[in-house]
Amino acid sequence: MGNTEKYRGKTGISEALLTAPSFFWLASFFVVPSVLIFAISFKISNSSGGIGDIWTLETWSGLLRTDYLAILWRTVWVSAAITAICLLLGIPVGYWIARQRPGVRYWYLLLVIVPLWTNFLIRIFAWKIVLHPDGFLRSALVYSGIISPDTFLLNNIGSVIAVSVYTYLPFAILPIYAAAEKFNFGLIEAAADLGASRFKAFASIFLPGIKRGILTAVLIVMIPSLGSYAVPDLVGGIDGEMLGNKIAQRVTANRNLPEASALAAMLTLIITLPIIFLIAGKGGKILLNARRAGGDK
Amino acid sequence: MKSRYTSLFMTVAVAVFMYLPIAVLITQSFNASKFGGSWKGFSLRWYEALFNDSSVIDAAVNTLIIAAAATVFSTVIGTCAAWALHKYKTSLQNVHYLLVYAPLVMPDILMGIGLLLLFVSMSVNLGLATVILAHITFCVSFVTFTVLARLQDFDFALIQAAQDLGAGSFRIFFKIILPLLLPGIAAGALMAFTLSMDDFVVTFFVGGPGSTTLPVKVYGMMKHGTPAVINALSVVFMALTLTVAVVGQILTHKKPKQEKLQWGKN
Repeated sequence: MGNTEKYRGKTGISEALLTAPSFFWLASFFVVPSVLIFAISFKISNSSGGIGDIWTLETWSGLLRTDYLAILWRTVWVSAAITAICLLLGIPVGYWIARQRPGVRYWYLLLVIVPLWTNFLIRIFAWKIVLHPDGFLRSALVYSGIISPDTFLLNNIGSVIAVSVYTYLPFAILPIYAAAEKFNFGLIEAAADLGASRFKAFASIFLPGIKRGILTAVLIVMIPSLGSYAVPDLVGGIDGEMLGNKIAQRVTANRNLPEASALAAMLTLIITLPIIFLIAGKGGKILLNARRAGGDK
Repeated sequence: MKSRYTSLFMTVAVAVFMYLPIAVLITQSFNASKFGGSWKGFSLRWYEALFNDSSVIDAAVNTLIIAAAATVFSTVIGTCAAWALHKYKTSLQNVHYLLVYAPLVMPDILMGIGLLLLFVSMSVNLGLATVILAHITFCVSFVTFTVLARLQDFDFALIQAAQDLGAGSFRIFFKIILPLLLPGIAAGALMAFTLSMDDFVVTFFVGGPGSTTLPVKVYGMMKHGTPAVINALSVVFMALTLTVAVVGQILTHKKPKQEKLQWGKN
């Protein structure tokens, strides 16, 4: 008995020592800033671009203006479109890699990962060259009559979606592949033997089988898309502005920190509400499962 | 069989989609033409212009200082956190787990603006120090989960065996835990280094005078600068990241080779 107590006391101290650094670091530099985003949205801004002392609701009522709502709506549908296209491209690729011989899978996977080793601004810039009005792609499309000479490929919603898909696609492929690798492909053969078409077997057996990989891919693509700033800023033009751009503009050009934080608070709500909903709903085991997968044997 | 060909086609199309822009960028960096487009002959003039620009060199130095500092701190903090999460199954660790997990599902822009608001409300001057603080913050979670994944292969019986043989905790740590955990810690550190080197959004928000990093510099040049020089800078930057990543792969990913051997046996 005495021995156990001594042991327990000792683990208590070493547990506290090991937990303290990350706990206090993230409490100070992650939790406090997240709370500040909400708190400062109820403050007024002062003339020097800082934060005033008076509390107000004006910032929030100002956000209900129509142009903000339009940007909010655009942010949501563009992110949904990016996610959908990433799944549409990522699922076949994940499926194909998982069906290769184990030895070569690693190399295909490497092929997916290597573009991530280039800085993402550089990847955006590479697309600016490809889509440039004088670039070969537009010339070829105009020449072959697919687009009219007054169509531009850059600075619109289309270029934002294309470049975002390019940026996030590897992140969608990886979890889908990870799930597909564990999938028992014998089930598809079995379905085919029982007379199901290839497509039917794919849709009603493979897709449900890799459900968790797809869900991870959705979260991994959707969340940064909702908060995207650099892509719309660099290839979106005025028609491609998203919530992230408005936040950055309130921090730099038209400095108004309370307004920036109200916009950021709105973005936080858009992102966390579905996740809370998911956790509260039937997906409640996801985090626990992740913990079990990541932390326990 | 048909769906397999569809997937093959999709995979090839995706590969072209992924690599074409990078290939175009590399080609254009050697194009003598100032605005790209048509090919005006092979030239190294943009690389010359790049290396004569001292602000680029400064940005590269800042990038490395920030990445090194962020890596050291986040690796220590993250390794401790992973050890605690793996070893103890208490309610404190459940909260701890959520705390480490949450930053992973937070877009960069929210982390950037949150930290900016913190620094502004505490009247901290923005600069190299605030950028390093911010980078440590987003690196900690990634290091923790990388080390945690490796800890799953860790055999705790070894520690007990060492204890039974009379080794002290100091000796156990340096002779058993550290050497066995080193590949995992190295993988985590490398992850932190590349993430820090790659970050633009958070740095953009919490940076100030004297803390311009390469990504911030690239962004500035993309807004107003000669496109051809950015091509050259991109290629140099790409070579730098690729070197770090390849060295990292070689150092930490001996595992796939072993797996390959096992598969070979099957």
